[in-house]
Amino acid sequence: MNIYVCIKQVPDTESKIKLNSDASFIDTAAVKWVMNPYDENAVEEAIKLKTSQEGSKVTIISVGPKKRTTEALRTALAMGADDAILVDGPDYLAPNLTAKALAKTIEQEGKTDNTQIFTGKLAIDFNNSSVSQMLAEHLNLPHATVVSKFETTGAETTVQREVEGGSFEVIQLKGSNVVAANKGLNTPRYASLPGIMKAKKKPLKEINLSDLGISEEDGALSYSAFQLPAEKPPVQMIDGEAPAQAKELVSLLRNSAKVI
Amino acid sequence: MSKILVFCEFNNGLIKKGALELLSIAKNSGAEVMSAIIGKGAQDMAQQSAHYGAAKSFVLESDDFSNYNSESYTHVMADIIQQSGAEIVLASSSMLAKDLFPRVAVKTNSAVANDCHELEISGGNVTVRRALYAGKCTAQVDFKTSGPKIILMRANQLPVNDADTALSSEVVVITAPQIDLKTLIKEIVKGTSEKLDLTEANIIVSGGRGLKDKDSYYSLLEPLADTLGATLGASRAIVDSGWCTHGMQVGQTGKTVAPTLYIACGISGAIQHIAGLTGSKVIVAINKDPDAPIFKKSTYGIVGDVFDVVPKLTEEFKNIL
Ligand SMILES: Cc1cc2nc3c(=O)[nH]c(=O)nc-3n(C[C@H](O)[C@H](O)[C@H](O)COP(=O)(O)OP(=O)(O)OC[C@H]3O[C@@H](n4cnc5c(N)ncnc54)[C@H](O)[C@@H]3O)c2cc1C
Repeated sequence: MNIYVCIKQVPDTESKIKLNSDASFIDTAAVKWVMNPYDENAVEEAIKLKTSQEGSKVTIISVGPKKRTTEALRTALAMGADDAILVDGPDYLAPNLTAKALAKTIEQEGKTDNTQIFTGKLAIDFNNSSVSQMLAEHLNLPHATVVSKFETTGAETTVQREVEGGSFEVIQLKGSNVVAANKGLNTPRYASLPGIMKAKKKPLKEINLSDLGISEEDGALSYSAFQLPAEKPPVQMIDGEAPAQAKELVSLLRNSAKVI
Repeated sequence: MSKILVFCEFNNGLIKKGALELLSIAKNSGAEVMSAIIGKGAQDMAQQSAHYGAAKSFVLESDDFSNYNSESYTHVMADIIQQSGAEIVLASSSMLAKDLFPRVAVKTNSAVANDCHELEISGGNVTVRRALYAGKCTAQVDFKTSGPKIILMRANQLPVNDADTALSSEVVVITAPQIDLKTLIKEIVKGTSEKLDLTEANIIVSGGRGLKDKDSYYSLLEPLADTLGATLGASRAIVDSGWCTHGMQVGQTGKTVAPTLYIACGISGAIQHIAGLTGSKVIVAINKDPDAPIFKKSTYGIVGDVFDVVPKLTEEFKNIL
């Protein structure tokens, strides 16, 4: 089975976000970069699947600037993936182009039958949760997002996914498909020291957007006029004993904030 | 006149509030407003959408569409968008919409922005902002597409007009497409709660490790939530401990919420938790530690033991509601 995992490098959740001088983007120099948390679940599931399906290979693909994104790919290789492809691209690429780049890379690697593709359910930088579904549409494959359980025979894949109101649905996908991992899917392994050593020697291919016939100008969605959130007014503390505090809070919510 | 299509999800015979907000803003902009309604019971919803401004409704009424299927819904939605000639497509940023519209965007040469929190429409122009990097900054969304702009808006951000029951809508019947589906829905496991989803909830009562264990989480917070008609939320710490399902987690790796009132009980306020709730209008924190970071992000703060404060609070709310 051909297993692909599409990953993205994002600012660490603890990173402070600053803006660049003309507020046209964030100041990327001030950021610590890590693999998107949900993508770790995607890599883990791929490695588990490989172990259960003899003769499978796990390929990691990421679109992003070469100078930093290589590190995320090496991390995935250290977790146990077999090889990696870096699509060198800018700090920001519109989702339609990222999806196209991933689809073209996978098509160039071979046919898409007997293929399992994993992604994270969203990237925590731009939060747009769209690349996975767009990739599936480009490849004309069925997809499932927010997946917390995964099983496959190759011909048939059964997943459990979260839907509204804490409900779940179990869906079946025929043949090759794209699955977007949620947190609960598994517990991602840490890269071991021998894993990290081995990862350095694993194949990592580099390609450019232009090799795939993609031009940054065709991005359908971009961002401008970045702003840091407005300072919140200071908290109003409510003193006293519990009964008095409760009374006061209810009165404030009703009469002052008018939300009750 | 610009054309705006609003995708209306409905439940128990009512169009969801998020969609009513969007019909209202579309109507107030003076645009030609249309609605797209899919599923069992869709027919009855068309006139409801008319009361909020839809002059034309694209309706697919079918038992086969009572459950969401990404493949068949993609097909139908792309078809409706094309037929409608809409320049702007609006939908509430629900889990369904977030799954559906990226695929639809590829099919219709358009682009989609989800979880938007600011929306202004004037003439044919639309201004949209989204929160990025877990709410650490926001930015304006710029569309550059030949197809329509698809905007998924967070619920509870916009006012709803009064219904005008004199209005009616021209219904365009959409027939179910014949496609060989590769996606089959096998089973739907209903959550225990009939409450609104966290992402749509107007009030959220949320708990963390300060509630000590699963039993006290439910015995303290459920009465409060029931009194307020609120949805229950959770920190990751207690989701990881198995007290709550992942669907109840608020935060950077949980759900992004935007209620008018968020009550955090026994939650420390880690940056990843705060990331999910910056869209809340009023935040109340109850924590026994006066230095807990949650207070810095709150509107009102109570330093106290949740076991004392929460039952009293429930009592007080019961007195007035
Ligand atoms: C990559 C990453 C992603 C993450 N994503 C998320 C996320 O999406 N959502 C999320 O919530 N977290 C997330 N976290 C975890 C986050 O960092 C915190 O660990 C978590 O939010 C803490 O949960 P808590 O506030 O319930 O527990 P704690 O931090 O243990 O806080 C418990 C609080 O309860 C108070 N308390 C104790 N007893 C009482 C009492 N009797 N009465 C009143 N107060 C009391 C304490 O003073 C304390 O402030 C993430 C972490 C990482 C690294």
